[in-house]
Amino acid sequence: MNARVPVDAPELDFDTPALRRHRRIRALKDRLASGMIGIGGISVIVAVLLICVYLIYEVLPLFERASIRPWQTGQQLSSAYVLADVKGSPLYITTEEQAEIGMEVTDTGEVVFFNAASGKIVQRHALPLPANTHITSFAQPAARGDTFAVGLSDGSALVLRDDYQVTYPNDQRLITPLLSFPFGDTPLQVQSDGQPLNYLALRDSDDALMLVGGHDANLAAVRFDKQTNLLTNEVSLTPTRFSLPQSNHRVQQVLILPGMQWIVAGEENGGLSVFDLRKADKPILSEQLSASKGDITIMTLLLGGQSVLVGDDQGTVSQWFLVRGEKKEWHLQRIRAFSRQGYKVDWIAPEQGRKGFAVAYDDGMVSLYNATAETNSVNRRLFEQSEPLLLGYAPRGNALLTVNSQHQLQLWAVDNEHPEVSWRSLWGKVWYEGYDHPDYIWQSSSAANDFEPKFSLTPLAFGTLKAALYAMLLATPLAICGAIYTAYFMAGGLRRKVKPLIELMEALPTVILGFFAGLFLAPFVEGHLPFIAMALVLIPVGVLLFAFAWAQLPGAIRHRLPEGFDALLLVPLILLLGWLCLSLSEPVELALFGGDARAFLTNQLGIDFDQRNALVVGLAMGFAVIPTIFSITEDAIFGVPRSLTYGSLALGATPWQTLVRVVLPTASPGIFSALMIGLGRAVGETMIVLMATGNTPIMDANIFEGMRTLAANIAVEMPESEVGSSHFRILFLAALVLFAFTFVMNTGAELIRQRLRKKYGSL
Amino acid sequence: MRISWKQWSQSGAPWVWINAGAVAISLIMVLGLLGVIAVRGLGHFWPAAVMQADYLNEAGQLESLIGEPVSTELVPAARLRDAGVPLNTDKSEVSRTLLKTGNRDLFGGDFRWVISDHLQQVRYPSLLMTLERREWGNFYGVPRQLLEGDKPVASFTGTDSNPQNEQSWQLLQQHIERSLAIHHEIVQIEKVEIGAINAQIERLRLQQRSLQLQGEASPAALAEIDVERDQAQRAYQQLQDKLTRLYQQANRDTLVVEAANGKQLNIALDKIVRAYRPNAMHLGQKISFYASKLWEFLSAEPREANTEGGIYPAIFGTVMMVILMTLFVTPCGVIAAVYMREYARQGLLTRILRIAVNNLAGVPSIVYGVFGLGFFVYFLGGSIDQLFFRAALPSPTFGTPGLLWASLTLALLTLPVVIVATEEGLSRIPRSVREGSLALGATKWETLWRVVLPMASPAMMTGVILAVARAAGEVAPLMLVGVVKLAPSLPVDGNFPYVHLDQKFMHLGFHIYDVGFQSPNVEAARPLVYATALLLVIVIALLNFAAVSIRNHLREKYRALEI
Repeated sequence: MNARVPVDAPELDFDTPALRRHRRIRALKDRLASGMIGIGGISVIVAVLLICVYLIYEVLPLFERASIRPWQTGQQLSSAYVLADVKGSPLYITTEEQAEIGMEVTDTGEVVFFNAASGKIVQRHALPLPANTHITSFAQPAARGDTFAVGLSDGSALVLRDDYQVTYPNDQRLITPLLSFPFGDTPLQVQSDGQPLNYLALRDSDDALMLVGGHDANLAAVRFDKQTNLLTNEVSLTPTRFSLPQSNHRVQQVLILPGMQWIVAGEENGGLSVFDLRKADKPILSEQLSASKGDITIMTLLLGGQSVLVGDDQGTVSQWFLVRGEKKEWHLQRIRAFSRQGYKVDWIAPEQGRKGFAVAYDDGMVSLYNATAETNSVNRRLFEQSEPLLLGYAPRGNALLTVNSQHQLQLWAVDNEHPEVSWRSLWGKVWYEGYDHPDYIWQSSSAANDFEPKFSLTPLAFGTLKAALYAMLLATPLAICGAIYTAYFMAGGLRRKVKPLIELMEALPTVILGFFAGLFLAPFVEGHLPFIAMALVLIPVGVLLFAFAWAQLPGAIRHRLPEGFDALLLVPLILLLGWLCLSLSEPVELALFGGDARAFLTNQLGIDFDQRNALVVGLAMGFAVIPTIFSITEDAIFGVPRSLTYGSLALGATPWQTLVRVVLPTASPGIFSALMIGLGRAVGETMIVLMATGNTPIMDANIFEGMRTLAANIAVEMPESEVGSSHFRILFLAALVLFAFTFVMNTGAELIRQRLRKKYGSL
Repeated sequence: MRISWKQWSQSGAPWVWINAGAVAISLIMVLGLLGVIAVRGLGHFWPAAVMQADYLNEAGQLESLIGEPVSTELVPAARLRDAGVPLNTDKSEVSRTLLKTGNRDLFGGDFRWVISDHLQQVRYPSLLMTLERREWGNFYGVPRQLLEGDKPVASFTGTDSNPQNEQSWQLLQQHIERSLAIHHEIVQIEKVEIGAINAQIERLRLQQRSLQLQGEASPAALAEIDVERDQAQRAYQQLQDKLTRLYQQANRDTLVVEAANGKQLNIALDKIVRAYRPNAMHLGQKISFYASKLWEFLSAEPREANTEGGIYPAIFGTVMMVILMTLFVTPCGVIAAVYMREYARQGLLTRILRIAVNNLAGVPSIVYGVFGLGFFVYFLGGSIDQLFFRAALPSPTFGTPGLLWASLTLALLTLPVVIVATEEGLSRIPRSVREGSLALGATKWETLWRVVLPMASPAMMTGVILAVARAAGEVAPLMLVGVVKLAPSLPVDGNFPYVHLDQKFMHLGFHIYDVGFQSPNVEAARPLVYATALLLVIVIALLNFAAVSIRNHLREKYRALEI
């Protein structure tokens, strides 16, 4: 009794206030959700894109130009001032660490300490000059806190030093300057003939003080060996005089290089003379060079004292340092020049913390340069109406004290964060001090204080490409051939098992591959070099011979193996061949290479061998890249419409002909994009290279040597780099380069794949 | 039917075979790698037999050696002769054995290469024991006497088992258990209870400092803090007294042992983790020993600069980081995917966005690390410190690499994976389903929430699992944003706020890198690295297989819908 009883549908009122409210709430919820998802989605995507923006934001300051502005204390802009009651012309100006106190030495024998921003005099000293003498020359300090000297008209020199004491009475910083005479306040005799010292240089080290000075072509050099009395801490000096050969021209400027074994003298008509003092009893004039077509106006040493800067009246500043020639002989080499044609170089002030310097030209222009980067970071006319006289760099490189020919001083703030970085120094060859020739060098830190960091990204980029190349060399054939077989010849059931297994390799953490390469593969390869070589030849040959033999077998046996299972048959064969190579490795090594192939490579062929080398990296990283290439290639080949294959086969082509003539051309964009993505992965891989190479930044394509890649370099150096420093930003630049490279690669691959998809869509 | 070489090669068959060879090689590489890691990793826990032998050493004298043979290799005799090793064979190649001799405190190293032919009278006496110690690595030798204070309570004779030795051995095991119990108590007090007091004292210091910074350091408030600090100090003193007593108890027993060279030395029992006689074990004992070693590996803290003991903190850190990362990445990834697929207008812009997101999956992970360090740690973390943790400055709280930043960085790294997987899931849902829901009067949000998202949830799961698998194995970015080789404490403990997001943590992948490459004693640590690697591989393989099977299941499900 299931007769349906017709029931009148109840009248439903959809317009009750409750339902209307319910609908409003639903609509509101819907709008709210749309808004939230919109905001959420966009912000997530923006956050992801932020990476690129942030990297650029961190890198940009590297390439910003520097600036010089009047110094600012609080709201007060510093302006030009004249030191009250100071007579005489300035010989030297500088400031202390904070750029708060300035110092001026005048040719009337006065040393004045003053507030560098306002010109208020803090202390003034008159130098204790002997009667009837006056100052004739000045020797600059070699580095911050070092001694300097004034040369006198009687052939003697007075050595002095400025020190600053910082105290904090009432939590306010108070800097008290101190002037001292470390070797007593009686001048030391340099020139014994009593003639004035028209030029003077000094160098002060822990155990000796050297002074070189003279007049005209007569140079006198004297070294004072220091002996410290252990009880009184007093220093006694024992002089040694060098009889320097006469220079051919009148000398105008002289400098002593560190180590006190070389003296460089600037002569009239732009010549340079180099004196070799290595044989103390017989100094020689080892070289005479022409530094300028005009006249040398100023010579000074760059930070560290290795480089001589020579400024002339033609507007050129040239950098020179000692280089070891082919015959192991040292000679002074012109390295590079900074030219501003038509103006006279008035003064060069070297920076005290970096290899930079400031140059004042006679038209009032002041330019900041960096020697190694060959950059000119700023030019500004600081002297409007008058000629510049002197410049003094503050020790931190953040301020410049200037004085003009009317003896007006002014303090300038310098904002020059990353002068050592330029496109050229990052990617080009740079001739660093102490090297025989220009080179690409990455060496970011060292124990020494006056060490110059060397930031060439070229060896790192080279290492990256080298590692990627060797990896691709292994991965490309294996992955593509494997993918062809899997997609086209392999039986379906087997394919469904093999593909996930190979794709599992992609998920394998690279740290495991890296550790495997470093701890297992590297020693294995080192001990079994003949194995690698033999396996490369024997395995393909063995496979072919086996296949040919297989083809000769009667069909009854052959057909027992289902079609598409050949690969499984080859697994035991390859294992067997591998074992054969392995057991032959030792005898072959004994027979051909005297039992040690590694030693044979190094000694007989002259090929350097590192245990953790590019071969190991290639093997391990190839392993990491294979699944990436395999998977995409396989998809591309498998995606080729079956109708194409069947058509070709029906026309009588063999499977292989069909593959080569029909399938591969159709799938080729997909294969190409697989290679691009694989290369992108190899380039950015970090852990494998970090663990499987020695991480030495060398440029050598030798497969048996290591490398350092951009990614590994970041991993090694980032944690210890100072935030905001040039090093930090350059590491960001390296990350940006990696980012850009992989992004371009992947985008290209994606576009190709999309085109491919469109093409198949029409088939 | 015979075919000629020419015919055969023209048919293209050789090429097919070469391609088949490539697949075979790839398979061998994968399985070989997994096999090597598995064998080496699992073998480590098996109690290896300890060998005793007389060895004709480099100086031409006979010496007694005790140790575990680790591996054997053939080397050209010439190379050894060049190195100054006297050989009494004229073979061109000799075999040499790497022997783990332990006793680093006596011999200076753990391992020694010996010429296999120069080993005479190789024997495996059953009293030979391995002592796992808290410092100086393993000890190999024979026990001689067990002392309680100065009183001998058990002694051993000879090098083989006899009733007296058996009895003494039982006694020794009981004493070791006692000292382990005391040690456990000591660790509990030092780590947990004293840790809590230290946390309290540090909190009081910060409280005081922040009062001073805000200018509210009234004497009353300061006095209150002082009272609390005094209490903490007193509690600390009590614990310290208790510890002193425990240490006295722990130091009671000593074992006199004899090394290979006949030298006797005293080893305090509280320095011993485990004593066993591999040569006297039968199979059942070996299996149970294996299980206990495996359990120790998974559950104990590392010892001796990570070269011995367990990896529990690394497992914990990895899991913790991955969970946090999942919390960040799942909602963000799903919202972004839903937006791009369901809400955004499909056009050129969305296509570009899609390509961009896709490509981010291919950006090297180290780049994410650099970004995380610069943006999260220094920029965000530095700002957070300035705003909320002024009292602790200048030592940074969040302005330094830590758990939070590591998980955020990895969330960013795996975001594309989740977005792509979710989008794929969304795109597989047939239009008809959505339209049906809309036709019934549901709003877009209701359709999404009740119909689309539940149907897409397996795809999201797949994405999240793949993200987790990737994050668990990623090391390079973590090196910049938060892992350390040895974290003093777990990021979760009993002290407020219980989960310490600012702490640094240990990670399985980094553990492999660190122990395998930065450790002072790489050779001794190598088996442990293999075991750690094996664990990581298993976890990641399982996660991946789970993702693949969910994906396949999903495909089947919707294939039915599409018909």
